[in-house]
Amino acid sequence: MSLDRRSLLKAGAVGAAALTTPQFFTRAAAAAEPLRVGVLFSLTGGLSIIEKSLADATMMAIAEINAAGGVMGRPVEAVQEDGASDPKTYNEKASKLVIGDKLSTVFGSYTSASRKAVLPVFEKHDAMYFYPTYYEGFECSRNVVYTGAVPNQQLSNFIPWIVKNLGKKKFFIVGSNYIYPREMAKVCKILMKQNGAEFVADEYLELGHSEWGSMVNKIKNSGCDAVLSNVVGDSVVAFYREFKNQGLTHDKLPICATVTSEIEIAAMGAEYAVGSYTSFPYFMAIDTDRNKSFVARYRAFVKDPKAVTHHALESSYFQVFLWKQAVEKAGKATADAIREGVRGQQFDAPNGHVTVDADNLHTYLTPRIAQWQADGQAKIVDAYPQPVQPLPYVAYGETDNNLFCTRNGLDASKLKKS
Amino acid sequence: MLDVIFIGLSLGSILLLVALGLAITYGAMGVINMAHGEMVMVGAYTTVMSATWLHLDFLASLPLAFVVTGLLGWAIERVVVQRLYGRLLDTLLATWGVAILVQQAVRLEFGLSFLGIHVRGLGPGLQNVKVPEWMTGVVSLGGDQVNIYRLFIIVVTVVLTFVTWLLMYRTDIGIQVRAIMRNPRMASACGIDVRRVNALTFAYGSGLAGVAGVMMSGFKTVFPDMGTSMVVDGFMVVVVGGVGSLVGSVLSAGLLGQVNGGVAAVTNDILARAVVFGLVILIIIVKPTGLFSYKGR
Repeated sequence: MSLDRRSLLKAGAVGAAALTTPQFFTRAAAAAEPLRVGVLFSLTGGLSIIEKSLADATMMAIAEINAAGGVMGRPVEAVQEDGASDPKTYNEKASKLVIGDKLSTVFGSYTSASRKAVLPVFEKHDAMYFYPTYYEGFECSRNVVYTGAVPNQQLSNFIPWIVKNLGKKKFFIVGSNYIYPREMAKVCKILMKQNGAEFVADEYLELGHSEWGSMVNKIKNSGCDAVLSNVVGDSVVAFYREFKNQGLTHDKLPICATVTSEIEIAAMGAEYAVGSYTSFPYFMAIDTDRNKSFVARYRAFVKDPKAVTHHALESSYFQVFLWKQAVEKAGKATADAIREGVRGQQFDAPNGHVTVDADNLHTYLTPRIAQWQADGQAKIVDAYPQPVQPLPYVAYGETDNNLFCTRNGLDASKLKKS
Repeated sequence: MLDVIFIGLSLGSILLLVALGLAITYGAMGVINMAHGEMVMVGAYTTVMSATWLHLDFLASLPLAFVVTGLLGWAIERVVVQRLYGRLLDTLLATWGVAILVQQAVRLEFGLSFLGIHVRGLGPGLQNVKVPEWMTGVVSLGGDQVNIYRLFIIVVTVVLTFVTWLLMYRTDIGIQVRAIMRNPRMASACGIDVRRVNALTFAYGSGLAGVAGVMMSGFKTVFPDMGTSMVVDGFMVVVVGGVGSLVGSVLSAGLLGQVNGGVAAVTNDILARAVVFGLVILIIIVKPTGLFSYKGR
């Protein structure tokens, strides 16, 4: 455990202070005692590029809630900590927020590694963690509310659409070498089989690898007619550039990606991505007044007229409102109350209508497929007519009438059978 | 088959491009220059900055990056490195410190981000470099399609290697540099201004890294950490080639590039990298002084 003696002493001191001054606290409560929540993203280190924007979106939601009168008349106060792009630091800061500050709710994490690192803290001390990023699934915690997409919400529409509308039958699956791309590839293969397509290769490169010469040459010689990319992070830029430099074009051999967002497109230069596809529930280009207003408000909030919004950022924003409604429904802000309150909670987010699944605490989202345009923005070419149920165990045979993760937790026997 | 050889050649030329400057600062001067990768990074950021602020073309930033990183290298030599000649491990630590400073300066926008000022082209994010249209895509060469950008890198590497060879072996200053490599005190006794020549040599090595940075920026990702992994590759090439030997660096870069490309084509990139490192270890065990050893200071 990373709980060393110093943080234990600190926690004790805070606890003792709280015990010895009850009058002070009750008196303050009369004048609308603030409701405190934790905000835990990396503000420094390699991941801060993305995580800073998630923290900003969370703070913006809190500011908007406060401007509209707070939660049950109480203002929301954010206790912000820095995860420093390091899972161990994440664990320490989560302990500080949950044990030291006695917070029942924390919004945070971008990577699965950091979520896995804080999970024991939230489960042991029963607090709620709101996690905004798309991830690989295969998790069923009663202490986490997952508001990003799981594989079935990015792929279940994507693969059939590629097969049917683009007429592609032979896929080259490529990804960064860690759990998310590998789990995504599993789901891809299931869906390809169901749709009468096949994959010619399933290849991986190290995270952060930027030498794509050999891989793109392999893609070129593989005889595939579409590339399914689960490549993550800064490698994406080098990949798309090499792809064009080797004379491949997206109209003949499209890259169909699950992670390439507005941020990577801006970094690589739109000309390298024109005509390629990405599947996400949210794109900056969603043409609704609600989203346009959201983008404008976000740009004003971060004082950057060129700031881009993306899927995890949008989830970071709307999950604060889901939390607010859960607290108001339950009438109090304990972990138990929030967990029960958030089940089935609905909200009109910038991407559309979202609902928290009553069983697995993941979120119903609307899968969308977009084609990248010359201006670096997405053009949405296909969208589900309604939000899709989240199935975190879809790679292991989970279907909507055979849930693995329910209110009672994970049914491990189903996992073994598949 | 031809495409695999071309990719190997291209990988080798990229290795050599990064290692060329290091072959001079480490090979010739005996400075374990950990800041070399950061010089590459500064070269890449020079491309970004000159495009956003001066609206310069990609190619125009080649000489500019050479000058900028050359001056920075000169300053580093004057302030830090010149006090450390002959103390190999100290140069490692000191230049590593310099590397961190340079990296943070870019990430924190020279400290302006503390004041809430944002400079376009700097900061922790990924940067976008515009490459001229004619450099993207392929040309047909001998019935095979060849990547123009990689071809251009090979040309730049060949030219720079040739220029470096001319400088070192066909000019007066080159003779002085080689004299200092053999024995700095004797060179000094013969009337060579060792301080001046050392500063110029270090500046030239850094300038080469800057040029490498421009070429990298066109097809790799530009961000503050980009140099860190490159310095490892650079050292690998120089050590395998033999410290102080230009020919050795050229051949070892070619060898490692071909091995990397070949193994990657048959298996995958992750394994290829492991094989390359294995080969490097093997070469160092069999020939500890590198393929072309050369007795220097």
